Amino acid sequence: MLDIRALRKTFGAVEVLKGIDLKVARQELVFIIGPSGSGKSTLLRCMNRLEEPSDGSIFVDGVDLLSPKTDINLMRRKLGMVFQSFNLYPHKNALGNVTLALRKVLRKSAAEAEAIAMAALDRVGLKEKAGNFPSQLSGGQQQRVAIARAIALEPTVLLFDEPTSALDPELAGSVLAAMGDLKKAGMTMVVVSHEMRFARDFADRVVFMENGEVVQDGPPAVLFGPDAHPRVKAFLSELSH
Amino acid sequence: MDAILQQFFNLDIMAQAAPLVFRGLGMTLLVCCAVIPLGLVGGLLVALGSRSHSRLLRGLLAGLIDLLRALPPLVLLIAISAGLPFAGIRLSPFACVTLALFLNTSAYYGEVYRAGLESVPHGQWEAARCTGMTAWQTLVHVVIPQAVRNVLPDLVSNTVEVVKLTSLASVVALPEMLYSADMARSVTFNSSPIVLAALIYLALLWPVVRLMSRLEHRLGT
Ligand SMILES: Nc1ncnc2c1ncn2[C@@H]1O[C@H](COP(=O)(O)OP(=O)(O)OP(=O)(O)O)[C@@H](O)[C@H]1O
Ligand SMILES: [Mg+2]
Repeated sequence: MLDIRALRKTFGAVEVLKGIDLKVARQELVFIIGPSGSGKSTLLRCMNRLEEPSDGSIFVDGVDLLSPKTDINLMRRKLGMVFQSFNLYPHKNALGNVTLALRKVLRKSAAEAEAIAMAALDRVGLKEKAGNFPSQLSGGQQQRVAIARAIALEPTVLLFDEPTSALDPELAGSVLAAMGDLKKAGMTMVVVSHEMRFARDFADRVVFMENGEVVQDGPPAVLFGPDAHPRVKAFLSELSH
Repeated sequence: MDAILQQFFNLDIMAQAAPLVFRGLGMTLLVCCAVIPLGLVGGLLVALGSRSHSRLLRGLLAGLIDLLRALPPLVLLIAISAGLPFAGIRLSPFACVTLALFLNTSAYYGEVYRAGLESVPHGQWEAARCTGMTAWQTLVHVVIPQAVRNVLPDLVSNTVEVVKLTSLASVVALPEMLYSADMARSVTFNSSPIVLAALIYLALLWPVVRLMSRLEHRLGT
């Protein structure tokens, strides 16, 4: 499904990703952890070419994402992204946020787009808030609208960059619950987050990154257990303090 | 006191001059109807061009904007109406005024739009591009609506400036409102027509200015 090989990214003289290999299978949830500055966001942003990788390859469903012949707009639609800061369109209500790409990218009719958008909002428990503008929604609700905006396009993979880091714990719960529902429904997901409980409950694999490299990649039971790499243990124990 | 009233607020003379002044108002509004839409579009193009990847285009536009903002609009207007005939281009007074004010005001609208575009966070671009929208779609549906909203008071304020600038057209004998009122003054040897024109400008622009400060107030809080 998603196949990343020897991915490198440099910003000026600094190498932020130093040859990342990562495979994500269909319906898998891969959870990425690591200290600040280890390159987690950069890796995620390379996956839909918000950042242009310096070297290596990324295949999505067999399509070479980095080939100049690839229609990046078409691919991005299949690689939904959810940001730490929500990035909802403030001038559109929840429904308008979700329908925009349905209308403009998928060229759906107004009625069709609305029906799809309402179904997506329903999946994240916000059907009643369709008419609210982002400023009239809590942070947790805003983030769920952002998730609805992504899933309405029926992506093959959903990328999450610290979706709950800007939220109070009470509000984070609703977002994590929505993400858990997506996982149960078979969505393929790559999640960068510090929500270790969510990782334990839902992740198929946990990937620990440090200094632009993957240090360990395995099931949660391994990375959160006694067989974890010493640096993973050190990172986790520091987090819990 | 009576003399002042006679000279500036003579209702009989105002009534006499009214048809002429109102015809002038029609011309003023006509110039506005040409210059404001052109300026709004020209300014947007200037602002978009200033963000282009081409360094040459950015440089050219920056130079042009500086020039147009430094040049008094009256000088620009006279240069166009007196200079273009030498280049074999003959424009009607209306076209000269429209061109001069369009150039002047595009530069100002351009600066306003530029501030507006810069006020939209980069995350908005990223979010829209991540849904598969093209750069152009993102601009039209996500960025420009927010940019315009963020600088609405400045856009309105610049538009008020344009309306006031139309009075410059009197120097190229375009019979807009000030020119017409001044004609009436020179015929009657009485300043009341000018006062009438002033009152009409006020009636036209005061509500807009009021609206603007309310708008600024609302956005400020
Ligand atoms: N646009 C950029 N230009 C230059 N350097 C950058 C840029 N983006 C990221 N970096 C650098 O790349 C490194 C990795 O950043 P990245 O945001 O990927 O880390 P992260 O693991 O997501 O960290 P955090 O947990 O704090 O979000 C950092 O040292 C950062 O300063
Ligand atoms: Mg990050």
